[in-house]
Amino acid sequence: MRQYLKSMKTVTKVDFATYLGVILAFIIVTVCQSMGLLNRSMTGMLVPICCYVCMAVSLNLTVGILGELSLGHAGFMSVGAFSGIVTAMSLQSAIPNDLVRMILALIVGAFFAAVVGFIVGIPVLRLRGDYLAIVTLAFGEIIKDLINCLLVGWDENGLHIALNLDGTKSMSSLGLTENGIEIIKGAQGATGNARIATFTVGFVLVMITLIVVLNLVRSRTGRAVMAIRDNRIAAESVGLNVTKYKLTAFVVSTALAGAAGALFGLNYSNVTAAQFDFNTSILVLVYVVLGGLGNIWGSVVAATVLYILPEALRQFSDYRMLVYAIVLILVMLATNNPTFKAIFSRLRRKDDLPDTAGKEAQ
Amino acid sequence: MFSRLIPVRSPNMLPDRDIDKSPILECIGVGINFGGLAAVEDFNIAIGRTEISGLIGPNGAGKTTVFNLLTKVYQPTKGTILLDGKDTHGMTTAQVNRAGIARTFQNIRLFGNLTVEENVTVAMDAQMTYNTLSGILRLPKFWKEERVAHERAMELLGLFNMQDMAGVKASSLPYGAQRRLEIVRALATNPSLLLLDEPAAGMNPSETAELMENIRKIRDVFQIAVLLIEHDMSLVMNICEGIAVLNFGRIIAKGTPADIQSDPAVIEAYLGKRKEA
Repeated sequence: MRQYLKSMKTVTKVDFATYLGVILAFIIVTVCQSMGLLNRSMTGMLVPICCYVCMAVSLNLTVGILGELSLGHAGFMSVGAFSGIVTAMSLQSAIPNDLVRMILALIVGAFFAAVVGFIVGIPVLRLRGDYLAIVTLAFGEIIKDLINCLLVGWDENGLHIALNLDGTKSMSSLGLTENGIEIIKGAQGATGNARIATFTVGFVLVMITLIVVLNLVRSRTGRAVMAIRDNRIAAESVGLNVTKYKLTAFVVSTALAGAAGALFGLNYSNVTAAQFDFNTSILVLVYVVLGGLGNIWGSVVAATVLYILPEALRQFSDYRMLVYAIVLILVMLATNNPTFKAIFSRLRRKDDLPDTAGKEAQ
Repeated sequence: MFSRLIPVRSPNMLPDRDIDKSPILECIGVGINFGGLAAVEDFNIAIGRTEISGLIGPNGAGKTTVFNLLTKVYQPTKGTILLDGKDTHGMTTAQVNRAGIARTFQNIRLFGNLTVEENVTVAMDAQMTYNTLSGILRLPKFWKEERVAHERAMELLGLFNMQDMAGVKASSLPYGAQRRLEIVRALATNPSLLLLDEPAAGMNPSETAELMENIRKIRDVFQIAVLLIEHDMSLVMNICEGIAVLNFGRIIAKGTPADIQSDPAVIEAYLGKRKEA
């Protein structure tokens, strides 16, 4: 066993440590929950934490690994959330099992977000420069307004969808039968959702997200994507299809955001499009940046800690966000501190650097 | 500036062993204009299948522009580039590489955050067939191809005795090793023509001598053609079988090292004209 551990590369060890950490956290929380050690507000945070961990990890794939800035990740989340809600609600009578419906909702949410990501990405990722940031920023606003106009209902005849663009339509114009369900009511959002998201599903989604992202990064695709990030001209010169790889990474990232959105949407009985605004995108970006660009386990930890922090700071009442900001600044200072950096790099280098090569270049 | 253009003496100056095979690269009247300025004009050259040839000329003569034209970083505005007899018109940089031209850069362009081994395996991308999904699911195909790529990368790194650096981040390599890694990375794409842009820049004489041996070794082992840009005349005159001299975007002389050294136009381009008394 020890021999085997030694022969593993450092990155592989870090990956396994990440999986192990998440599994341990899940076990500990589940045990605490069953012993009644968690209060209500803490239990309520569990599923959102899973969502934001998935969001942060998937955004890290775009920002850290691909090196493109996305300012509309919440937009993809909302696509997943609302398509997931529609799926779960309209299948209520056909599939009574909550878990099966939840899984279907995650898949549908991921699929629609991936399609939207593909449409957004295909013109933008062909360009050089920061166009993705601009376009995703606009996309986030557009999708919010579109969903605000969206009316969706379901009855025995199937789905009824209308776009209330000029403000003349209401739920009654969908023409639902008596047994119909109103799913999305424009600016009111989706109300009366079945809350079928559970912590276990959230944990499984986090694990799937981690496996997808880490395996992608440690494969041919991830290598190519990182090579394009490091030097686009050289990447082209060794025969890499730049647009294809950028698009692959971006679509995977949006698909995972969609799945996280579906989990998020089905955790609340009321969800509105306004919840997935620019601030949410930036919040996730803060998790990614503070966790470290390209550092997956960093995103997991940062998303968890920074989601809990504002709640834990409730006792500071009005000064809550002030303290939050100070903590963010302190984290940045600490991680940029040369002493800390030296310690970190020494820890990392210990086993896989054979010679003094690192020093000579400096 | 040039009142007298030296006519191209031999259109094909392939070495004897390549003479009965078609050239790997043929440029016919290639040129590019940047907003009216002809950076390269009427560029004609043929390179044999296993030839080591040199492209020299004063600073700003357009040598790197020629490389950028060959690799389609710029699309030529005039002329034809035939690679192994096939027209490369309209190809992208990546497509040209897959067709057989690999290059290194004057200012090193490695993938700094990848390890040395990853820098090499990423260049083998075109030779891999597993897709993203089988990479995520870790299907048997993934393991098989990754193992092949790993072994081949180690073999290539072995050419320059760099195996023990495989796990090091490329940006933390010393300068000389970075230059060597660029060559290894280019070789990993299985080229039939290797373009080296000032491979000896910044090297001391002993490193240059080692590099010369390595370039010969690459040619002998892989049986490929090498075209290099270099300012170090001892290196060029030593290993190149054919040399083309570029000045102000035009070829002013072509021939063997001995021809070039005694060519008055070349001497003039490098040293200026002797003042008539």
